Amino acid sequence: MPMLDLMGGAADGPAMTDPAAFPLNGARLCADPSGVLLWPEHRTLIVADLHLEKGSGFARRGVMLPPYDTGATLTRLASAIDTHRPARVICLGDSFHDPAAASRVAAKDGEKIRALTARTDWLWIAGNHDPAPPADWGGAVTDTLVDGPLTFRHAAVADTAPGEVSGHYHPKARVRARGKSVSGRCFVTDGRRLILPAFGAYTGGLDVGHPELRRLLARRFEVFLLAAGRVWRVPGSKLMTPARV
Amino acid sequence: MLAAARERRSALLIAPTGGGKTLAGFLPSLVELSEAPRDGLHTLYISPLKALAVDIHRNLTAPIEEMGLPVTVETRTGDTPSSKRTRQRQRPPNMLLTTPESLALLLSYPDAEVMFAGLRCVVVDELHALADNKRGELLALGLARLSRFAPHARRVGLSATVAHPAALEAYLSRDGRPGTGDVTVVRGGAAARAEVKILLPDGALPWSGHMGLYAIDRLYAAIQGAKTTIVFVNTRAQAELIFQALWHANEDHLPIALHHGSLAVEQRRKVEALMAQGGLRAVVATSSLDLGIDWAAVDLVIQVGAPKGSSRLLQRIGRANHRLDEPSRALLVPANRFEVLECKAALDAVNAGELDGDPPRPGGLDVLAQHVLGTACAGPFDPGALFAEVTGAAPYADLDRATFDQVVEFVRTGGYALDAYERFQKIIRRPDGHYELVDKRAAQSYRMNAGTIVEATTVKVRLGRGRVLGEVEEYFIQMLRPGDTFLFSGRLLTFQDLRENTAHCTPGGDGDPAVPAYAGGKLPLTTHLADRVRALLEDPDVWPTLPSPVEEWLELQRWRSILPRADRLLVETFPRADREYLVAYTFEGRNAHQTLGMLLTRRMERMGLGPLGFVATDYVIAVWSVKPCADMDTLFDQDMLGDDLEEWMAESSLLKRTFRTVAVIAGLIERKLPGHEKSGRQVTFNSDLIYDVLRRHQPDHILLEATRQDAARGLTDIKRLGELLVRVRGKIDHRRLDRVSPLAVPVLLEIGREQVAGGAVEALMQDFADDLVHEAIGGDMQASLPL
Repeated sequence: MPMLDLMGGAADGPAMTDPAAFPLNGARLCADPSGVLLWPEHRTLIVADLHLEKGSGFARRGVMLPPYDTGATLTRLASAIDTHRPARVICLGDSFHDPAAASRVAAKDGEKIRALTARTDWLWIAGNHDPAPPADWGGAVTDTLVDGPLTFRHAAVADTAPGEVSGHYHPKARVRARGKSVSGRCFVTDGRRLILPAFGAYTGGLDVGHPELRRLLARRFEVFLLAAGRVWRVPGSKLMTPARV
Repeated sequence: MLAAARERRSALLIAPTGGGKTLAGFLPSLVELSEAPRDGLHTLYISPLKALAVDIHRNLTAPIEEMGLPVTVETRTGDTPSSKRTRQRQRPPNMLLTTPESLALLLSYPDAEVMFAGLRCVVVDELHALADNKRGELLALGLARLSRFAPHARRVGLSATVAHPAALEAYLSRDGRPGTGDVTVVRGGAAARAEVKILLPDGALPWSGHMGLYAIDRLYAAIQGAKTTIVFVNTRAQAELIFQALWHANEDHLPIALHHGSLAVEQRRKVEALMAQGGLRAVVATSSLDLGIDWAAVDLVIQVGAPKGSSRLLQRIGRANHRLDEPSRALLVPANRFEVLECKAALDAVNAGELDGDPPRPGGLDVLAQHVLGTACAGPFDPGALFAEVTGAAPYADLDRATFDQVVEFVRTGGYALDAYERFQKIIRRPDGHYELVDKRAAQSYRMNAGTIVEATTVKVRLGRGRVLGEVEEYFIQMLRPGDTFLFSGRLLTFQDLRENTAHCTPGGDGDPAVPAYAGGKLPLTTHLADRVRALLEDPDVWPTLPSPVEEWLELQRWRSILPRADRLLVETFPRADREYLVAYTFEGRNAHQTLGMLLTRRMERMGLGPLGFVATDYVIAVWSVKPCADMDTLFDQDMLGDDLEEWMAESSLLKRTFRTVAVIAGLIERKLPGHEKSGRQVTFNSDLIYDVLRRHQPDHILLEATRQDAARGLTDIKRLGELLVRVRGKIDHRRLDRVSPLAVPVLLEIGREQVAGGAVEALMQDFADDLVHEAIGGDMQASLPL
């Protein structure tokens, strides 16, 4: 309910005092604890790297991961959509784990996908795992979307105009508190570009200190860390050394 | 032993260390083979340690060559070259010396049946070190398989003295149960008496701490006074610290070395060789030296820190002086006051010849799953016959068919309620009801992942561009920033960076060094020693036998509060610095206390008492809160083991860690995928993600069941906690005090080193965020923001 306000909120509404709200190239965005991004002015919900059917992708190779990841991911996504009631959903690519993934989606999960795409404007952006997202689930398919100040694509491009929103890297970050470490998925932004955390149930992560990610970010950056059901805003300089270089 | 062999009966030889057990195990086979030389495998020797197999090989080869016996002996371990391994399967030696893991691998080949058909004898060395863990479960299943191939092979078990000999007898018995009469139990002579003393400091006795660093001078003096000393400690971190401190005290430049499981193998072998040659005066060691080759030169064993159990202490003491005519000499160095009580209890237990150890437990379903897949790799199997075979292994004697079938189903398709993976099945049920491996590549993957030892994810520690010193847990390295110093392998190192799987370090450095800690490094106090400690506290007549600072401490407690009684539970509450403290003298060991702490704080939360944190030691649990608790009967009611436990367990990192082990052993996630050996990470998939999804969607999945079973007796010790809660019902002595009691001081000193209450992650993050805000008020945060 309050999120409905947030979606249609006034310029000086609660969004600016929300610890998870931040500007990107003039657009006011909000990092949601569920791992989706909100763009209230355009009533848009953005989600990255669903990796549907990753479990069955492993099962094909004899690694029998529990076959519940697609259902779990869709349920979480549906719940985020219920909460925020967007007019448009953008999936930033790698929505399906591999080109054959769509053929493995169970009937029940397929219905869930169609129900979701029928509710709002729905855009599948192509990713490297799903270069041609199947068109038969509803929604439109594209490579890149430019909408006002923001450009949506799967993977960040090295030299690009400000306002790029992407996924692909599955960013993760780690902080140290009281001698213990807490790590979690995160949004990461340097004010020019934003990279979303992976949303899929079986998606691991890459530390934001990894050179692959660092080379895309300006020296100063910050993350919105997802932990204990909340969003924690942390300057890059306060993060722990990368888990692995 | 020879008599049992002539009757073709299995035998269990129980004898103290140094009694020439191993030779006794081989003697009948040597006699048989020299009387009737033959080709092919006659005797299989299985040891928990590779090094032991190699050592036995040396000790057997010399007399065989001297006497010109027509007997061939070879070892087979992970180090054996693959060409030799292939040849061994085609033309095995008369005697093959190997490990449980290598046996499991041998059994996964289609030719195993031929190779083992003529087997006459299986010798299991150090059986006591295998029988109660997953390696032993895997071996028990392997032995059951061998019985199928070679029904007339006898089994010989060699064991140190143990608390539950019947369990070992069952382990060797062909139907997995004790007292069925197919095993002759032979008892070796009594152990040489041990002279065990408690070493106390000259000055004050510490109130808390577990490292024992205060005693370094006396420790060093003891080493100076002995020929060769093993200094046993309880954790790897303690080993590093004690070694460092000894090094500083080492004015005479005595050759002293360090030995623990994280050090590079070459380094450990070097230390062991030096010990064997008498080139060292002392070695500081963890359980890495509990088993192993006997060193005649060792004449003193020192245990620094509490021994935790009498069997463990006895085993460590037995590492000294393997000559039966002289007593072993040992010193116990308690690190704090409670440890004095524990050392005294352990000493009394050793003198009374009392042992402790867990009674046998049912075998893990994860290990069974691995065995089922291994069996399928060797060829098609009939599930009914395999079930009969498996229940002949002691750990699985009580397994029911339904559970067995569930395990087979897990191997086939993952065992999910959703039959999504039918088309990906690993083993297929043929029309005749037998199961057969679908894709032979699965066998390759099995062989790369077999075994039950699952290490935490580790990174190598490399010095400059030079050699690898060993491995530390990834978690520890993640806590370091470049430039931070830490102690490892007896050196002060500066962490530079982490590249791929290696932490690059330079020697030396400044600042307070960190010491790598390892998950699960600490053993809890055994039930047996806990009982003895309770008895000591209850009986003022024996206090005068304790060191005077301890006696005074207990007298003071009697004056200011009361002493805990053996058959009751003492709970003290008192205010201190605006907080309310509750200390319960439960003596159930660290693991059970951690669980109790989580449950107590949850319940106090609901009672509106505002719990703020807790700390658990091996002896007591302390909880602090905003308001005092008065109703102890409700607080400690055993119904806390219901929903609260379920809820906490599910989210607990302990359970996730246990699940990871179970999932790897069961083969759900692979340590290595064929062709990806060099990808670095030992576990290819984040098991926490699987755990979360599985728990939500199929909470009764067989691997979650296996995880709960493991956790109940391992990291969470729920069984022990449950027994405590039943025992003390209606028997709680609550003392309301106006300030901390003498007995409660040690645990209060632990506060700050241990864990926070409730939703740990949220509390940690809140702390972190508060720190950021403080810095921001200082002004530098805005500057660092990119906005």
